[in-house]
Amino acid sequence: MTTKAKAKANERRTLALDILNHGALTLVALLFLFPFFWMLTNAVRSNAEVLAIPVRILPNVYEWGNFAQAWTQLPFGRFFLNSVIVSVSVTVITVFVSSLSGYAFARLKFPGRDQLLMAYLATLMVPGIMLIIPLYLIVNAMGMVNTFQGVILPVAFGTFGSFLLRQFFLSIPLELEEAARIDGASRLRILVSIIIPLSMPAIGLLSLFTFIAQWNNFLWPLIVMTGQDNATLPVGLTLFQTQQRTEWNFIMAGAALSMIPGIILAIVLQKLIYNSISLNAGMGGR
Amino acid sequence: MAVVERTVGTKNTVTKRRKSRLGAGEGRTAFFFLLPSLIGVTLFLVVPIIASVVLSFTNWKLLGQPQFVGFANYIRLFTADPQFWPVVRNTLFFTFEYLVLNIVISLGLAVWISSLKRGQRWFRVIFFLPTFTPGIAVAIVWMLIFAPDGFFDFIMRSLAIHIPSVLTDQNLAMQAVIVVSLWAGVGYNTVLFNAALDMVPANYLEAARIDGASAWDRFWKIRLPLISPTLFFGTVMTAITSLQVFDQIYVMTRGGPGTATATLGYSIFQKGFQNFQMGYASAIAWVMFAMIMVLTAFQFWLQRKWVHYDN
Repeated sequence: MTTKAKAKANERRTLALDILNHGALTLVALLFLFPFFWMLTNAVRSNAEVLAIPVRILPNVYEWGNFAQAWTQLPFGRFFLNSVIVSVSVTVITVFVSSLSGYAFARLKFPGRDQLLMAYLATLMVPGIMLIIPLYLIVNAMGMVNTFQGVILPVAFGTFGSFLLRQFFLSIPLELEEAARIDGASRLRILVSIIIPLSMPAIGLLSLFTFIAQWNNFLWPLIVMTGQDNATLPVGLTLFQTQQRTEWNFIMAGAALSMIPGIILAIVLQKLIYNSISLNAGMGGR
Repeated sequence: MAVVERTVGTKNTVTKRRKSRLGAGEGRTAFFFLLPSLIGVTLFLVVPIIASVVLSFTNWKLLGQPQFVGFANYIRLFTADPQFWPVVRNTLFFTFEYLVLNIVISLGLAVWISSLKRGQRWFRVIFFLPTFTPGIAVAIVWMLIFAPDGFFDFIMRSLAIHIPSVLTDQNLAMQAVIVVSLWAGVGYNTVLFNAALDMVPANYLEAARIDGASAWDRFWKIRLPLISPTLFFGTVMTAITSLQVFDQIYVMTRGGPGTATATLGYSIFQKGFQNFQMGYASAIAWVMFAMIMVLTAFQFWLQRKWVHYDN
């Protein structure tokens, strides 16, 4: 009886500790989310209220129309469209180019293959910010400053995708394509109708991370897109910051708009993201 | 015999020829498959890398003819430019403080999350959210928080702490940049370390518990050594990205006040695209590359002392 009672008391204590632990981390998480809260509640105030002293935690009057105004007048709608064009184009080109080269590295024999792969891997060590000056000069020489192709092309040929897809293609059993080869299918056909459909997890991952990297990219579009109409969202957000009278409410609305796709993707694809990062964790440093 | 030998011989050459023809066909396919990638990589990666080296030995100012100036850019950087050493100091200061805090906080959060019986994934998502949002938007939101008489000042005043407005203060501005960078950056490492902790075999911990090891000992003697390869990976990657810090600084301080938050990344932008000194900015870029290489090599040297591999 006493041991049973003791066990029960013990169980109750661990349960209480669990709840306390959970509650404490929930509190930390809520504090962590505060900047999102501040952004959203300031997006729906009048600018006078944003700048009011002392600060009010919640708006007096909710100006829901701010979002529509930021979308049409500033024009964050236009910036949003530009960001979509740039991010989607870079993603499509990256997946196309990396599938072809990844297949060549994984399945085709040609002289110097391993050396070329090593060279591709070596380029991953070059920090992006180092290349912006020569890249700008190249884009300038090609007459592509302030054009979409000028922003898109120089960042669409990263070598990481080739490597990622090569690794995945290697894991696909060779027998699957040998049958097709005996039937006389070309390599391109095998790639398109056998390998790519089987590689959707890897291609999805490459698309996701390419899209997000471009959606969030700032320095490169800042340099290339000199005209306001062509600005992507991050560049657009900084355009109104330097004006005489900063309209913080509209900027907060724009910031919120710029965060929507990433937040949706992070929540909806959390399993894919976790699995890919846990792959990194498993390989870490090895 | 001779006949047999001859037939064998012909057979060999036939298969060899067919093999080499097949090989050539495969080589040609490989060439076409690699062509788009090779063109892009050559034009937008190989040529820029070479151009960057060459540029760093010229005085090109975008307009006019570039002139070869030898090591003049580097000599000017190291001996004459009054901004260079403060910028290097700021970059190292940022990298060191940010790196240490990022690893400590993300490891702490990862351990904390892994102690939960349920709901782990929701906490992972919450801390990961800023990783997927534009750094510029994050920095702008924090700028409003740190604005004079803004939310941060309001909290400080409520707590009766008297400090100057952070973004315009010589010392506090960098601290503000670090806070913002941490908020935006701890999520990735939190998920990374949490995933590594998930992979620690439960029976190791159970065996240690039965042997009477405390939670503290289990962490320092079992979990931490087992995830040290991942910890090392996270540290190296975080160091490389933090040496290139730019976005937060561009939005929040533009390198100011004075040069208090000017980093190498910001310097490259400023010299290259505001002063149009393309050659000089390229020299700064190579100094940054050298620093990245040295820091990474140092970490690889250091890992022998603390990273455990199980093979």
